[in-house]
Amino acid sequence: MTNNQSTELLFELSHAGRRCQRLPASDVPAALDLLPADAVADAPPPLPEVGEIDLIRHFVNLSKRNMSIDTNFYPLGSCTMKYNPKRHERLASLPGMANLHPLTPDAACQGMLHVLWEMQNILTEIAGLDAVSLQPAAGAQGELTALLVAAAHFGDQGQERTRVLIPDSAHGTNPASAAIAGFDTVSIKSNERGLVDVADLKAKLDDRTAVFMITNPNTLGLFDGQIAEITGLLHDRGALVYLDGANMNAIVGMTRPGDFGIDMMHYNVHKTFTGPHGAGGPGSGPIAVRSFLAGYLPAPMVVKHGDRYKLDHDRPKSIGRVRSFFGNVGILLRGWCYIRTLGPAGLREMTENAVLNANYLLSRVKAAYEVPHGDRCMHEFVASARNLKRQRGTSAMDVAKRLLDFGYHAPTVYFPLVVPEAIMIEPTETESKATLDAFADTLLKIREEDAAFLHDAPYTTPISRPDEIKAAKEPILRWKP
Amino acid sequence: MSYVLNTPADQRAMLQAIGVSSLADLFQAIPAKFRLERPLNVPEALCELDLQQHTEQLAGRNLSADRAVCFLGGGSYDHFIPAVVDAVASRSEYYTAYTPYQAEASQGSLQAFFEYQTLICQLTGLDVANASLYEGGSAVAESVLMAMSIHPKRTKVLIAESVHPEYRRTLATYAANLPIQVATLPTPKGFLDPDDLRKAIDDQTLCVIVQHPNFFGCLEEADALGKVCKQRGALYVVSFDPISLGILKRPGQYGADIAVAEGQCLGNPMVYGGPYLGIMACREEFVRKIPGRLVGQTTDRHGKRCWVLTLQTREQHIRREKATSNICTNQGLFALRAAVYLTALGPQGLRETANLCLQKAHYLADELKKVPGVALAFQRPYFKEFTVTVPGDAAAVIERMLQARIHAGLPARRWYPALANGITIAVTEQRTRRELDAYVAALRGG
Repeated sequence: MTNNQSTELLFELSHAGRRCQRLPASDVPAALDLLPADAVADAPPPLPEVGEIDLIRHFVNLSKRNMSIDTNFYPLGSCTMKYNPKRHERLASLPGMANLHPLTPDAACQGMLHVLWEMQNILTEIAGLDAVSLQPAAGAQGELTALLVAAAHFGDQGQERTRVLIPDSAHGTNPASAAIAGFDTVSIKSNERGLVDVADLKAKLDDRTAVFMITNPNTLGLFDGQIAEITGLLHDRGALVYLDGANMNAIVGMTRPGDFGIDMMHYNVHKTFTGPHGAGGPGSGPIAVRSFLAGYLPAPMVVKHGDRYKLDHDRPKSIGRVRSFFGNVGILLRGWCYIRTLGPAGLREMTENAVLNANYLLSRVKAAYEVPHGDRCMHEFVASARNLKRQRGTSAMDVAKRLLDFGYHAPTVYFPLVVPEAIMIEPTETESKATLDAFADTLLKIREEDAAFLHDAPYTTPISRPDEIKAAKEPILRWKP
Repeated sequence: MSYVLNTPADQRAMLQAIGVSSLADLFQAIPAKFRLERPLNVPEALCELDLQQHTEQLAGRNLSADRAVCFLGGGSYDHFIPAVVDAVASRSEYYTAYTPYQAEASQGSLQAFFEYQTLICQLTGLDVANASLYEGGSAVAESVLMAMSIHPKRTKVLIAESVHPEYRRTLATYAANLPIQVATLPTPKGFLDPDDLRKAIDDQTLCVIVQHPNFFGCLEEADALGKVCKQRGALYVVSFDPISLGILKRPGQYGADIAVAEGQCLGNPMVYGGPYLGIMACREEFVRKIPGRLVGQTTDRHGKRCWVLTLQTREQHIRREKATSNICTNQGLFALRAAVYLTALGPQGLRETANLCLQKAHYLADELKKVPGVALAFQRPYFKEFTVTVPGDAAAVIERMLQARIHAGLPARRWYPALANGITIAVTEQRTRRELDAYVAALRGG
């Protein structure tokens, strides 16, 4: 039962003189001319003027035009859209946590520092590495931070290493982060099995190589078993290996990046440890590194002396900081709640079932959709609509859009770039067999639907097939009177 | 416990369908020597009740703003958050949704972000705003990356020492390996003197970054600095306080090319530093250089007005190493909160909030000036924050005030050694006269 009431733009709802907030009268003696006239605006900003019920109806009715984890199965590959437990929201909102100023003296925030110190240790253990910085705000910022750490390390060694090698199946953030960190990027091919083409890696690896960034399992959902050979090659050349930890949901508790030769990595706490994605963010992207890189990590870090915690800012070799204040603490708190709820056995169960669910769904889907890279996967897999398009004229986008009509969020499509007509599916461990079966049945059904019909899908959503070319050609990025 | 739904019977059926005999078989791709054969060494599981009690106990060890009167600022402020903000943001249709790549399934968030972008344009007086960056510090760094792509041949960045020290440190970190030099312009008088800028700026200057009001709380000569930038063709980047724009001129009115801000003050809890909201707005001509997601208006196949993510060829998932930024995940939920906050306040509410901050800050400063040995550090106009010098060690004063459950302010010496006895004090609309008087009494008391 959707309702359009008050769903015009806020600015169209505006009615001069309406408001939802009245501030108290000032309780201090009024003073005039506190500011120089030329600094003061004649009028306040022309914000909309609406009443509280307008505001609430507006946003509540609009919210019904979203799919979300709480309302729909969301098999969005690469994003780990698992259930966001409600207890996290309540605990992260406790006044003692939510109302804590970031520059509170250490002695007055021992409870918070305890949580953050414990989180540093937990993420160190899960990584199999030696030190963790909780500062980066998201995975991409974690990548940048780690690459700056690598650059500082090589700078200290007097080594001029200018290149970062990146598989062609990698997330776009990898090359973008490398560029900001001052490196040239070199693309490494994937082989026919969807793994790193080691011959290509060998051909491009030289003394200019600073870092190889690997996503393992990769964006095809495959664990690259050549990892020992790969890290060996890099280490023999004195280079470092970075793990893009976006796919940690496939391996937590089963293997540890440090154990398979990784030197640095980031976590996406909002994915693996389920911070709500907030329609785009916030995230949290802590990084873990080996001990010889620990000194370069951003300041501050939480340290413990006896039973007291403090923020250690005295880190002379540190790269500095990549943001203000400590980090995305609200997301770290939620991740901490998750890990504390699951414990060691629960974390393993999480991983096992994420991989079980993905493989089960793969076994159901592969009858009707081509899966170019094998019949086994980790936490996600990539199907292809290439044959479907050739045979019936149905594209990956058509399948994605039609799924919306059945109440499923679409999988990630057209990524990774190495698979044509890619449909990237990640069910996560928090879905049931029944949900997976119903989803698979729907995919099979869509396969048989008429291509022309599919090309106009979806039919049941508030809008259908927006004109994206028009949006980019004559951008309208704000309402104007 | 975990949130897994598969029962042992489900698992057996699923394994059979897959064609393997055990869960371990699914992990064969991981070389045996790398498989972890022991449980992770992490704390044992807690049920919800235990976790609630444990976390409450930890929260109780924090002297948060509800337990000690908060005069701490420096980019994070104890402003009032209207109930409507939490009511909207706690709709799980918003907070458990993903990035709105599938427009048909995301019109709620997309429209809200389009409204956020418009509200930020209205707030700043600029033409274009993105759908959010991480927070105030990296927003400054992103503004420099953006300026580099606008002026690819220029190499110098000038930043006032009165800009938040952590923002400056963030910029230095981002810029470490880029082909630019960042020079800090001293502000011994508590603001950047336009004459000093005139001497430092040249035709190699890419951009000039100031914060207005600045870290000490003082206003900058925003108009005059903008004119100096314009004369030399350098981009004028201003980090502003969104609440201050209830009273102060908007960045677009004094010639800012790019305006950035920490948006925590717009309805977001302090939560020890994040997640917050990086605000960025710019002039129209730079729209294709702005980092981060943008929501644009278009029509669907029935001609109905709707919203989509647009100009994505700027972004990392399309442009990879040539992207305007590496940002992917942003702060969508906090952009939503800011949109609700600004709408709830409206123009009058924002002005009243700003005016309360202004009046109360000045009342407290005037009362403090009556305390022997206390003086304003700078003879400059200020908005809601100001820096005083106190007799004796500022850190000791702050510690003593904390015994009276007052977070007295930030010790300026931590970032500015010359301000050995300085305390920077922030006063929001939430502070009552009784609290302000208690502050003065506590300071006198020592």
